[in-house]
Amino acid sequence: MEDLSLHILDIAENSIAANADTIEITISEDERKDSLSIEIKDNGMGMDEKKVKKALDPFYTTKTTRRFGLGLPLLSESAKAASGNLTIKSRPGEGTQIKADFQYSHIDRKPLGDMSQTILTLVMGNPEIDFVYTHNKNSQTYCLDTRKIKSQLNGRPLSSPEGIRILREDLKNIKMKLTGGKHEG
Amino acid sequence: MAKLTLKDLQKKREEVKKAITLREGGPYKAKVTVHMGTCGIAAGARKVIDAVLKEVEKSDRQDILVTTTGCAGLCSREPMATVELVGKPPVKYIDLTAEKMAKIFKDHVLGGKTVTDYALAYGSEKTS
Repeated sequence: MEDLSLHILDIAENSIAANADTIEITISEDERKDSLSIEIKDNGMGMDEKKVKKALDPFYTTKTTRRFGLGLPLLSESAKAASGNLTIKSRPGEGTQIKADFQYSHIDRKPLGDMSQTILTLVMGNPEIDFVYTHNKNSQTYCLDTRKIKSQLNGRPLSSPEGIRILREDLKNIKMKLTGGKHEG
Repeated sequence: MAKLTLKDLQKKREEVKKAITLREGGPYKAKVTVHMGTCGIAAGARKVIDAVLKEVEKSDRQDILVTTTGCAGLCSREPMATVELVGKPPVKYIDLTAEKMAKIFKDHVLGGKTVTDYALAYGSEKTS
């Protein structure tokens, strides 16, 4: 994976496969504390202790089309390469929480990448699922809740051309909100 | 909020599946499914779905459904997408780029003509 936004897309696709109807994605960048954390939390079917232990094994998967599952092991390796780690909390029937921590300034930390494309892909590919995306950078916060966008559309589908336009417009604000309205060079 | 059980989630999944199935007289006339397994994402599937969304916006059509699914089991030919039109067999496209997807959208989704240069086969696979 070229950047962390692609990892996030991949892990959230696991949540979708686990029948989640709400997925919360939280990114926290704190340059003062030299930390970056990514959290993906869902209310899907969850995993028992045995599955959680095997989840970081690249040759373990619940899928039947292939014999390997690389999503979580790849994110875990990316975190370790940047002096971080990955933790999984899960309970059957309650959902799963994946958290990856990174040293912000580490030379091997992958760039965050295009989060607006990741969120757009997740929301438009799965309009029936509610997504809450919170991005904290130092003291600034951007938050997107697709339930609010759905209410703006008055019953028209989120995946309609109008829905796509509204979501794109909202996502354009990420950079501005996270820099407190200042332009970054 | 009451806790959802596994049974509730499966019921919900069935309801959604029913709603997004193409059928005569249904709200959707075409469906584009982009494969978003780890292999597809690493190969560039996000650019492919973005190309589809841009074309949907341009066309202003309300009856085209865009969705995602997992790995189709042919990782070396990712990014892949499946195009379905009502009453026609699904067509699986391989080795996609944003440019190829835009052409498929115009010719196949809007024009009804399969782009044979980029197509692998007719039919669907099991992705679970």
